[in-house]
Amino acid sequence: MTNVITPKKSVAVNPLKQSQPLGAALAFLGLKGMMPLFHGSQGCTAFAKVFLVRHFRESIPLSTTAMTEVSTILGGEENIEQAILALVDKAKPELIGLLTTGLTETRGDDMGRILKSFRTNHPELVDLPIIFASTPDYKGSLQSGYATAVEAIVSADYGVNSVADSQQVTILAGSFLSPGDVEEIKEIVTAFGLQPLVLPDLSGSLDGHLEDDYQTVTSGGTSLTQLQSLSNSLYTLAIGESMSPAAAILSERFNTDYQVFPRLAGLEAVDQFLWKLSQLSGLAVPPKYLRQRRQLQDAILDSHFYFGRKRIAIALEPDLLYQTSWLLQSMGAEITAAVTTTKSTILEDLPLETVVIGDLEDMENLLVDNPVDLLITNSQGKTLSEKLQCPLYRLGYPIFDRLGNNQRCLVGYRGTMQFLFDVGNLFLELEVNH
Amino acid sequence: MKITSGKVNQLLTQSGCEHNHHHADGKGKNKACKQQAQPGLAQGGCAFDGASIALVPITDVAHLVHGPIACAGNSWGGRGSLSSGSKLYKMGFTTDVSENDIIFGGEKKLYKAIGEVAQRYQPKAVFVYSTCVTALIGDDLDAVCEAASKKFHLPVIPVNSPGFVGSKNLGNRLSGESLLEHVVGTAEPEYTTPYDINLIGEYNIAGELWNVLPLFEKLGIRVLAKITGDATYDEVCRAHRAKLNVMICSKALINMATAMGERYGIPYIEESFYGVADMNRCLRNIAAKLGDTALQDRVEKLIAEETTALDIALAPYRQRLQGKRMVLYTGGVKSWSIISAAQDLGIKVVATSTKKSTEEDKARIRKLLGEEGVMLEKGNAQEILRLINQTKADLLVAGGRNQYTALKARIPFLDINQERHHSYAGYTGMIEMAREIDEAIYSPIWEQVRKPAPWEV
Repeated sequence: MTNVITPKKSVAVNPLKQSQPLGAALAFLGLKGMMPLFHGSQGCTAFAKVFLVRHFRESIPLSTTAMTEVSTILGGEENIEQAILALVDKAKPELIGLLTTGLTETRGDDMGRILKSFRTNHPELVDLPIIFASTPDYKGSLQSGYATAVEAIVSADYGVNSVADSQQVTILAGSFLSPGDVEEIKEIVTAFGLQPLVLPDLSGSLDGHLEDDYQTVTSGGTSLTQLQSLSNSLYTLAIGESMSPAAAILSERFNTDYQVFPRLAGLEAVDQFLWKLSQLSGLAVPPKYLRQRRQLQDAILDSHFYFGRKRIAIALEPDLLYQTSWLLQSMGAEITAAVTTTKSTILEDLPLETVVIGDLEDMENLLVDNPVDLLITNSQGKTLSEKLQCPLYRLGYPIFDRLGNNQRCLVGYRGTMQFLFDVGNLFLELEVNH
Repeated sequence: MKITSGKVNQLLTQSGCEHNHHHADGKGKNKACKQQAQPGLAQGGCAFDGASIALVPITDVAHLVHGPIACAGNSWGGRGSLSSGSKLYKMGFTTDVSENDIIFGGEKKLYKAIGEVAQRYQPKAVFVYSTCVTALIGDDLDAVCEAASKKFHLPVIPVNSPGFVGSKNLGNRLSGESLLEHVVGTAEPEYTTPYDINLIGEYNIAGELWNVLPLFEKLGIRVLAKITGDATYDEVCRAHRAKLNVMICSKALINMATAMGERYGIPYIEESFYGVADMNRCLRNIAAKLGDTALQDRVEKLIAEETTALDIALAPYRQRLQGKRMVLYTGGVKSWSIISAAQDLGIKVVATSTKKSTEEDKARIRKLLGEEGVMLEKGNAQEILRLINQTKADLLVAGGRNQYTALKARIPFLDINQERHHSYAGYTGMIEMAREIDEAIYSPIWEQVRKPAPWEV
């Protein structure tokens, strides 16, 4: 069992984590026709927007209730109402994802009552779903905010769509999956003759594509019609431990069985996923994936020379830390230092002795006397990797200094292979240089 | 400093800011800047954002954000101010307050945090920023900073600029107040010269300052303090001994210029480093204000040299850019100073935003654009695209926020705001800008992304 340590210090230095509202907004962006609305001061939205724009190199629809000092004292009800009405007028969203921030949570706005009275005052907007997530900045991280939003998405009532598809499977896609990862998962599931309903589906909205017209809201993702058919799914596949509560909600609401796949990279993890799909569909694993499996096995053989006994430090959110560290361990590498952002049950089951809930300063402290061959973290790790003179493999949020974050795929047999080649090449380069 | 409504009002009604002049009734009654953001529409930064933008470029101090993770975690390291010395300003420091801190108050944690930062990183000073949450729970920033300052024997500067008090611009000014109250005038320069100036409101984005500093050096003008691009803490402390404040491209810190005028008798002028005409005017005005005829002669000589060299360097670009049509979407002084820079290259500016422009700016724009030019009062992405179509523009020049508005519409784009990575200031900046515009317009990609697929024809 892995020891989870929280250092006693009063200051976070070079923070690793991002806020819950940012994570929730990201999850909301996986729905079509969506406008996420931050209930907070305008800066909360501006920072999140700049962050996501830089990571995805896309225009990102986000909006704010623009709380001021006065409205914070008097309560934010009027701002929420004004904001929703303005959005309906200007952006014409099909859905609104409303989320709170540290400011409005500290203030203590009674969101349940506010939304209820909004509904009473505006019967004309009865068909506009407003999905609400409580996401104070002073708790959790991007991952937990994202998970909270997914729970809100699967809890909301969208009305019922009568068209039943008996082959539909709900996929709960965790925050560690990129749009490219989600695309790959959809492709795999579809190959078994199943119909994936992905929540949230970033592959439709943040994959980086051109539209003919300018979009004020998300141009792709899970549609309202799909949300209305949630009850028709025959099964739920939750990808990432943080998706378990949402899977449990679906199970309770619609009596749908589910399985949680805490990771989807590495031969064995992908095998398990495909085996489950084969059982659900009653179909054999398609030849395409049998082929890919053999390719991955070959890649493992070719690359294992470079991974063996390598010392690696990883600073990532819990789910991504889990997937990445097990995969590297299975290649013969040793994870000698790990830092993460927030608590999670999955942290107890990592292939290492201790994990620190902390920041990049904590990582630096771990590495000062224990040098590593590779650092894996977001772009903020660049300074540390330069200081320690070890290569940096960029993973997680944010990645500002690399192209292609939308399409990058690191799950499935294909994605695992890509990861092994990417990281293996970094090691190969080190050896050649020596 | 407490942020009372009186203080905020005073900052928003700065007499030096033309937003407050030219009142419609002609009575000269000051009207406050329209600062309030609109729910559901606004997407601009908050006061905390504004304070960080203005102060973080001070390179050898620790910038500590007292608040929950969003304020620092989502934003640190995001600005492109460059440093020729310390890299301490690039580090993210935050108290990352938790629910417990909110219930029991965050002052103790803040005090300890300052101590930990002081001990581990030996900064010249610590700037402590309040945020919405810590202001709301009533943490006394000034008291904690004062106590910590005594205990740890280093300047600890409170910056009272929680996001909810207003916009980015108000945050700029609030941060200026912190400098005025706690930093400027707290140390003396080793010596002074009759040619000491301060640059205020230039943040050395992409190293723009470094295009200009050599010019001052050549002329024998000493930049005593940069406020704040590539600045050290000590130089800001000594800024009160300058003979002239030069406000660059910004009304952001106008309160500093006026207050330093009142307190230390330093006059100020407003200048721009963009474009040949403005750069020339800037140097001439500084020389005139310093009142030295020999210096004025040196300025004329330098301008003659620089512009001659520039004409040669720009000739090929001018030829290729002649008659190209540009839509400009930016704010404040840049709304007109970039027009003059573009026209210098033979580019026709067909439309520009006047959203954040003052009446004086607008008059200048009208003169530069001519009667046909479109002045866009309000704007959003759709409006910009409509305008580009209507004017058949070849290029959009705007801030990074609108980058994808242009790219998604398959229109060449040039980033003019803070996230840019190229410096356009000074004479050398003109060459860089010409090169960038040329590259944007003549890139071979436009034909590919605009051409329909064979099966669509």
